[in-house]
Amino acid sequence: MTTTTLTKQHTTAPDAGPTASYAARIDHVSKSFGRPGAQQHVLDDISIDVAPGAFVCLLGASGCGKSTLLNLVAGLDAPSAGSIETPGGRPALMFQEHALFPWLTAGRNIELALRLRGVPRAERREEAERLLELVRLKGAYGKRVHELSGGMRQRVAMARALAQDSRLLLMDEPFAALDAITRDVLHDELTQIWRVSNEGGSAAGGLSVLFVTHNVREAVRLAERVVLLSSRPGRVAREWQVDIPQPRRIEDSAVADLSVEITEQLRGEIRRHGQH
Amino acid sequence: MASTDTRAHSDDGTPGAAEAGSATDAGTATGPARPAGGPANDTSGDLAGLEAGLDALESTVVDRQPWLRSLASKAFPPLIAVVIVLGLWQLAYHFQLKPHYLLPSPVDVGRSLQEKWLEGTLLSFVWTSVSRGALGFLASVVIGTALGLVVARVKAVRAAIGPILSGLQSLPSVAWVPAAIIWFGLSDATIYAVVLLGAVPSIANGLVAGVDQISPLYLRAGRTLGATGLAGVRHVLLPASLPGYLAGLKQGWAFSWRSLMAAELIVNAPDLGTGLGQLLEQGREFQDMSWVLAAILLILIVGIGIELLIFAPIERRVLRSRGLLVKS
Repeated sequence: MTTTTLTKQHTTAPDAGPTASYAARIDHVSKSFGRPGAQQHVLDDISIDVAPGAFVCLLGASGCGKSTLLNLVAGLDAPSAGSIETPGGRPALMFQEHALFPWLTAGRNIELALRLRGVPRAERREEAERLLELVRLKGAYGKRVHELSGGMRQRVAMARALAQDSRLLLMDEPFAALDAITRDVLHDELTQIWRVSNEGGSAAGGLSVLFVTHNVREAVRLAERVVLLSSRPGRVAREWQVDIPQPRRIEDSAVADLSVEITEQLRGEIRRHGQH
Repeated sequence: MASTDTRAHSDDGTPGAAEAGSATDAGTATGPARPAGGPANDTSGDLAGLEAGLDALESTVVDRQPWLRSLASKAFPPLIAVVIVLGLWQLAYHFQLKPHYLLPSPVDVGRSLQEKWLEGTLLSFVWTSVSRGALGFLASVVIGTALGLVVARVKAVRAAIGPILSGLQSLPSVAWVPAAIIWFGLSDATIYAVVLLGAVPSIANGLVAGVDQISPLYLRAGRTLGATGLAGVRHVLLPASLPGYLAGLKQGWAFSWRSLMAAELIVNAPDLGTGLGQLLEQGREFQDMSWVLAAILLILIVGIGIELLIFAPIERRVLRSRGLLVKS
């Protein structure tokens, strides 16, 4: 149960040192909800290592507990058994909803993340502008959240998550509520940010992404590694290494072929639940 | 850092042109070992154009009316309504629905006001009441806010006094006047006690409602950003509850003002300053209907004026900045 302690250490010691060979280690984690006796097992003995600089997609149907798992990794909840280590400190988390604070401008949202991370006041503005430029929203600093489109909001949310300067970015279906065109563009955006962050000696401080989705194509489009979870309770059903070179497109035939294979497996998992 | 090539291609015009123009050079410039002819190496240039296009398409232009015109369009309808009411009143006076000493004309009431104005006492009456109201309200804000925070955040306290607090709102504050007189006599303390008892519950309730309405998402987002404990209260909890809190403050002012008038009407002593409530009571004692109506009018005007001049703009600003103000 190192999660909470590590999370708390993060702000003071963001450098995990070169010893950690993983950005996140999910070690035999189980999670149940409810009172003893009437418990619901959501996650059962899950072990996943996320390598530094890796892009891992957690894929599964509803009820597989993928969001629960992400909450555990984020330190928002504690596992019932097993341990989770995030040596890079408190992970950044992005939700399906942008979760930007409507009482702050886009820029101020990012600055709040910087401030809570301990960045001195004088540097915040410049850093916020830099992050906005990174997600191609130069000039959106003074914009209110409601003045931005759905895609722009998610990009500001991405910038805010990046402002935490965490080595591990957790994403909980962040593009699920967007239209297909915008989602496609944000896939490119995310891939690019992830690749650039890991360019040139990723040992120094690469960005690992743990991305939760129920969209097979999205998983194959983005990830280096796709982990399929079974449902109720969530277990690791199977894993794929995705060797299709980035940048990929969601309509690439290689992406489609692998998606067909994974979808078949996913359907098999879902079908099992109808047989009881 | 992200995109040297992004900026190079961002001016390429249409996404299509960028794609066609930069496919080869961007590929050789930035592409880390990649099979030739691989899928779109020019993503960054293409992407910048695409995103700019999407942003432009999805951005809505919000045009705000010039303030003079919006003021005119807002002030006009109520003005018409006031004129109509005055007209009906004048008609009722004209046809003597009631004898003139029971129903004076608008002009009589105006003359009564003018008289007080010329005596030089009118503003001091208004000021006495407004300063009492403001002082009582500020004290209520301090107490109500602290109380509201405790009730909203501490489960045991909430279970114990939450229902009582919301029940108190439906108790007319005049009911406190006899009790307050017994406790404090005919003094300022009585007036302030009544004002506090009237306003504190609604301010506290407003804050509780504001905290309850906070989307759990903001609290989770705050926690992942590291806003826990006091930082969480300051950066997430308080700003997120502001709309409900403001509504509570507004209602708190209305309750303060009402309670104050009730108290002033009853707590009448020569050594206490004369407020609008006392003015009203004096009018009744003299059986001077235009005096009474003038006092009622003043009480109404001050109450509405403070809400319009202070609370409405603050509330509008907060709601507009959060996109919560629905435009008609």
